[in-house]
Amino acid sequence: MSLLEIENATKLYPISGGLLGKEKQLCALNQFSMNLEAEPASITTIAGESGSGKSTIANLVLGFTSLSSGSIRFRGKDVNKMSSAELFDYRKNVQAVFQDPFGVYNPFYRIHHIFKMAIKHFKLATNKQEGRDLIEEALNVVGLRGEEVLEKFPHQLSGGQRQRMMMARAYMIRPRVIVADEPVSMVDASLRAAILDVMLKMRDQQGISFLYITHDLSTAYQIGDRIFILYQGNVVESGDTVAVIDQPKHPYVQLLIDSVPAPDPDENWGEQIDVPDEEETRFSDAIGCRYLGRCPQKTDLCASKAPILKPFSSGSPHQVSCHLYD
Amino acid sequence: MLKRKSISNPWLNTPLICGVLVIGIILTGTLVGHLYWDTEMAATRSAPLNLPPYGFENMRKQEGVIEHPLGTTNSGRDMLSVMLVGTPATMSIGFIAAGIGMLVGIILGFSAGFYGGWWDDLVRLLADTTTTIPALAVLIVVQSLFRVEVNTMAALIALFYWPGPTRYIRAQVLTMRESGYVKMAKLSGAPERDIMFKEMLPNLIPYLAASFIGNTSGAILTAIGLEVLGLGPTRMPTLGVTIYFALEAAAILRDMWWWWGLPTLMLILIFMGLLMINVGLDEVSNPRLRKAS
Amino acid sequence: MSESSVQKTLQVRDLKVYYDTPTGDIKAVDGISFDVHKGECLGIVGESGCGKSTAAYGILRLVQHPGKVAGGTVEVDGSNVSNFSEEEFRKIRATKLALIPQGAMNSLNPTMSIGAQIRDLILTHSGSSARAQLKERIDGLLRKVGLPLRVATMFPHELSGGMKQRVCIAIGIALNPSLVIADESTSALDVVVQRIVAQTLKNVQREMGVSMIMIGHDMGLMAQMVDRIAVMYAGKMVEISPTREFFNNPRHPYSKVLIEAIPSLKERKPLKLVEGITHDPRNPPPGCIYQLRCPFAEDVCRSKPPVWQQLKKSHQVACHLIKDEDHVAA
Repeated sequence: MSLLEIENATKLYPISGGLLGKEKQLCALNQFSMNLEAEPASITTIAGESGSGKSTIANLVLGFTSLSSGSIRFRGKDVNKMSSAELFDYRKNVQAVFQDPFGVYNPFYRIHHIFKMAIKHFKLATNKQEGRDLIEEALNVVGLRGEEVLEKFPHQLSGGQRQRMMMARAYMIRPRVIVADEPVSMVDASLRAAILDVMLKMRDQQGISFLYITHDLSTAYQIGDRIFILYQGNVVESGDTVAVIDQPKHPYVQLLIDSVPAPDPDENWGEQIDVPDEEETRFSDAIGCRYLGRCPQKTDLCASKAPILKPFSSGSPHQVSCHLYD
Repeated sequence: MLKRKSISNPWLNTPLICGVLVIGIILTGTLVGHLYWDTEMAATRSAPLNLPPYGFENMRKQEGVIEHPLGTTNSGRDMLSVMLVGTPATMSIGFIAAGIGMLVGIILGFSAGFYGGWWDDLVRLLADTTTTIPALAVLIVVQSLFRVEVNTMAALIALFYWPGPTRYIRAQVLTMRESGYVKMAKLSGAPERDIMFKEMLPNLIPYLAASFIGNTSGAILTAIGLEVLGLGPTRMPTLGVTIYFALEAAAILRDMWWWWGLPTLMLILIFMGLLMINVGLDEVSNPRLRKAS
Repeated sequence: MSESSVQKTLQVRDLKVYYDTPTGDIKAVDGISFDVHKGECLGIVGESGCGKSTAAYGILRLVQHPGKVAGGTVEVDGSNVSNFSEEEFRKIRATKLALIPQGAMNSLNPTMSIGAQIRDLILTHSGSSARAQLKERIDGLLRKVGLPLRVATMFPHELSGGMKQRVCIAIGIALNPSLVIADESTSALDVVVQRIVAQTLKNVQREMGVSMIMIGHDMGLMAQMVDRIAVMYAGKMVEISPTREFFNNPRHPYSKVLIEAIPSLKERKPLKLVEGITHDPRNPPPGCIYQLRCPFAEDVCRSKPPVWQQLKKSHQVACHLIKDEDHVAA
């Protein structure tokens, strides 16, 4: 059964101006489609740089912003047409972990506030003791103990601890999907593994699926099952994580993987590349391929017609959006 | 010793404590005074006229008496009683005006910032327009026509003190709306009411307190402005009104320094106290101002 | 190769930066010593809280109260600057020692054009005599960092992140310093832009022959960018080594942990779990600073602090477990 189905999701933002007073629009996300099955639980990576649209996908799924067109269906029901009871159920089953482990805690309250809020509104416990047990169990999963951390204020804990507590909170609610928006980018390298490990445990032991949103291909390579790579609002390549990263087809993905510095001084970065500065190509009236300005292998067709996402070879789950493979 | 504590608790800083002490002493002093001194003597013809404070002589070589330790006015009011009655009256104008302004500011500022749309535009229009109206000019006209008493005067002054808090709270709400902890609250299924009053409002408390104190000072000043022009309440000898009477009766020429001097001194103390509280609250809300980190 | 024959741009000995708190001194930097040779690029790595940025600020005397430089000497181009007065030190800041601080691109003045900001800097330090060749100098700087000349008339908000960061590099090198300290210069940037900016930095360094310290936590970036790597842990220096030697043969247990924590793009490995700094910074354990996390800690590690040892191939380590035969012959 499909758990979360996103179909042709598009998000447009109006930007004022235009010579004739015609309102131009910025297309932050263009026709994005993705299907998450209920079983087996999986970690789907949504990768891209800034401006790629990955945060827009997170905001759309979490209900912080609304679609311009397309649909999001949870367990077959369109989110836009849900009753308030169904929406409440959606909230409970789709949770999030964010990038900034400091801003998510209200500095006025102690740390236990975010747990208590979730327990109260989602009615997770019938009395105080049950609630406390629930919190303690969740903290143990991430390797923390309640008596060490719950009574402290956010600024008294380290970034790694705060991030783990966010994970614990998400776990405690037992959602079906967790949207993890750059969960380890602001955490030290030594603690990253701990947090990624928790994600794997939650997938394998609790059947929780993840939407892992990141710009870091290395961590995606280590834990992702499927990957979507976005550029300026469009999916340029998607498929099995290992297949896509080992054998990238799209020129942008190739550039991206080449640009990750290898921790081996003998494996050189190569020549100084000269990539022209990105121009804003996300306007809704743009024609042709969005990557045109920077692509070393462009053809005439690329300027006039935008490529569409299709399998690299027939029947393959590995999909590319590039005229080179038409 | 005080410094050590201030590092862990920013509310315990020197200016704040001194300011609270000053205002606290003034308020408790007047309260105690009401219990032990006959404040009826603030009315006219309660005492011999023009007496200096105890231990001094006036121009006519009359000596002060212990029954009226702070002297009397030219209409027979006992100065100590006047101070005991006028001080809380003056301060209450400030507190009431600031309080109303703050309440209105919270309601309008929160709703405008949170819901946006046409309501936000309307609130902003009203606030911006009110700011441009010269408060003192309008109050002078109103008072000349309708001579109101203390509480009404406070309410009138409040009409000019609500835009400040409204605009600031609205701006803060706009910022906080995008913050991580508000997103978390939404994710936890918290209703809007909870988000506004349990997540956002507590973080505004240092500002609200500072704004309240600041507006209190401003309101008292506005009231004094009206009173010394002779447009103050007629039935209550507030500090400003007392000064007005003193000036009207040429107290300076007659060397009756206790009549205009004591209320002035009290006003100076009140303003200094309020200012120190404000500086202290500033340190609480802006960590960069704190001495030790 | 004796140390005196190669010129040193920077020599730091036993630098200490402490923070004064009511419950004791936090030893953010606790006695570190290192050199930067002329024309080389030294990378300082470590997790957050290890003191690498604080060390840079300590060298530049930019530590703010309640922090203070509590000891040590700093020599720049051979002269001891530790006993310079405030005025004298201010003169060498930016002219001999330049800093590109973390988040520099967000600290550009939003109301002034880029050219105006560089001009201000040059005029402040070189006096109005420099006015004549100002435009050429600014154009030259922009060219060095690979930016088009029209950037001089643009404002910070009109530039992308990568361009702003390159402007910051231009500002850092504007007064031809002997040493540039770049603190996390590429952390907020996208992967491709990071590559461009990092390569720009390297080119600038090579062309100008300026010595550089790169502070960061991305080991992959360090592997590509620096000549030698220095590893810090909880305020102490634990290993310094030429880059290739470091990655081929890390000696300190912590260095090995750092290298293993790098997620690879080549093969999927099970995740190796590691803890963060575990001791109280006010009360470091006696003996080796790393003992609480080290899987090989022995009794001597718990009682005596390790001595800085010179190994072959200019490799230096502070660890009790290093065997004698690896030492450089005296």
